[in-house]
Amino acid sequence: MIAAGRPHASAARLLAMDAAGAVRHRPRAGLAGLFEPDDLVVANDAATLPASLSGTHIPTGAPVEVRLAAWLSLDDATRFVAVAFGAGDHRTPTEDRPPPPPIESGDRLRLGPLVATVERTYGALRLADLRLSGTGDTVRAGVARHGRPIQYAHVPEPLALWDVWTPFAARPIAFEPPSAGFALDWRTVAAFRERGVGFATLTHAAGISSTGDPGLDALLPFDEPYRIPHATAAAVARTKAAGGRVIAIGTTVVRALESAAAGDGRVRAGDGVATGRIGQETPLRVTDAILTGVHRPGESHYELLRAFASNTALEMLAAEAEAHGYRPHEFGDSMLIERDHPHRLASVRSPLLSSCHGLTAASIP
Amino acid sequence: MQIDTPLKGLRVAVTGGTSGLGLALVEQLAARGARVAFVARTGSAVGRTARRTGAHGIVGDVGAKDDIYPMALQITGALGGLDVLVNNASSLGPTPLALLADTQCEELAEALQVNVIGPFRLTKALFGALAASAREGRGAVVLNVSSDAAVNAYPGWGAYGASKAALAHLSDIWNEEAAGEGVRFLSLDPGDMDTPLHALAAPDDDPATLRRPQDSAAELIEAIVAALPQRAERAVA
Repeated sequence: MIAAGRPHASAARLLAMDAAGAVRHRPRAGLAGLFEPDDLVVANDAATLPASLSGTHIPTGAPVEVRLAAWLSLDDATRFVAVAFGAGDHRTPTEDRPPPPPIESGDRLRLGPLVATVERTYGALRLADLRLSGTGDTVRAGVARHGRPIQYAHVPEPLALWDVWTPFAARPIAFEPPSAGFALDWRTVAAFRERGVGFATLTHAAGISSTGDPGLDALLPFDEPYRIPHATAAAVARTKAAGGRVIAIGTTVVRALESAAAGDGRVRAGDGVATGRIGQETPLRVTDAILTGVHRPGESHYELLRAFASNTALEMLAAEAEAHGYRPHEFGDSMLIERDHPHRLASVRSPLLSSCHGLTAASIP
Repeated sequence: MQIDTPLKGLRVAVTGGTSGLGLALVEQLAARGARVAFVARTGSAVGRTARRTGAHGIVGDVGAKDDIYPMALQITGALGGLDVLVNNASSLGPTPLALLADTQCEELAEALQVNVIGPFRLTKALFGALAASAREGRGAVVLNVSSDAAVNAYPGWGAYGASKAALAHLSDIWNEEAAGEGVRFLSLDPGDMDTPLHALAAPDDDPATLRRPQDSAAELIEAIVAALPQRAERAVA
């Protein structure tokens, strides 16, 4: 059971910033009240694999942990991009872990019931393409039984699979949880329905979010396959036609929707691969708002938020979160950020700033 | 000529799939074009059934908490999602059957673990996949295999009957709660069948007087199909 790191769901808080930059504090349980009929909430229903596999580097006998980090192809459940770590476990901050044994192409790793062959290495990076021996079914069974969810140093209790699956977790293709989804439960989804707010899902293979290695982290996020059901693409089209907002639950939903978007804001149903980073210069064609964790400047997720709001507004929001003790990290509180303006004209910035300064005392719950 | 389309491509998981009613379900579903994953405790039996039916075999114990999520992961991983879950694996409690006053607490707990808590856990772990299937217009059904012992007070069937009654009520409440998500819950009694479980409970019964599990399985499959959206609607979705 997850304990210390995770606020009780009913105690979690929500910091919301609207398109004009006005900030509100809410209990997260009241999320549905911030949305209007014709709005559409889109969540990532990927279930999370127990992607951390510990074992031995056969050529040296040295202990090794590999974290499956990305798919080479979703059609082949035996091949992965993986990050290697040396001895130790998640209680040691990733940054302080010893390096893994030197891993070369052709090396084999024994990972519990599985044997992995290194197909490719990436120069000095502790990154490798692995092929696990067996069929898709036997590899899945081996990972299911031997793997552990990728752990976080800030969560003292070991995380079990049930801790890292969101309530709507379906197909197991994510390597780390699409954690913004922890903000929702089925009662919230029912509240959306009662209010006329739509709920739809897509499946996006969220990859590893951080390795503690700056050289590797500069490459993140890796390419991530996704699948958008026809029903979801149709719901987005209906929402846009009715003038509603599309609210993405987490950065992975933004990546998938924007990757699948045509110039006119229509979303292609089907399979795709999200590549590249979303940042300040990325025009958002589909998503109007994002529900996300409480991120700090410098984190990779934070860069994506710059597509939604100006640096000034985000800095103000971060300061507000800090001042009011919002809990960062995957199991913490949430932020809802509405896209400020399609083209982010300079003229909208000053009223936004003044509303920032005006918000403080009145908005504290 | 009847074209048997309702099951083609339907993604179904069955627990307790290597003997009795569960095996009959796996055989018929697979033969009629469904994509089937089944769970059972014994690796060798799982391998045999998988080879014979072409279904995905998964080794796991519904009564073991730590087996549930690995099981769910393998089911949705193999099938790419899930339309139908059949919670069929069952425990009799004490064997030979015992009067409640002679039943060990641990025996009652084991029956509840396998017949109520295990199905609850597995359904919860797979609920996201089932609801996703419903949102996509494919429909979603959870069939919990019940018993007339859930309704009638048969002496000697205390642990089993009480656990099956709890499962039936869980189904009914979940069916109300999940209607908005489009997930249907069925609780059905397959009747007294000539199965290993029945032989364990009532070794003196004449098998000739019992139903064939194949006949019960065919009826349950018809009930599942009836609870799903019509095939044409699913195809459009």
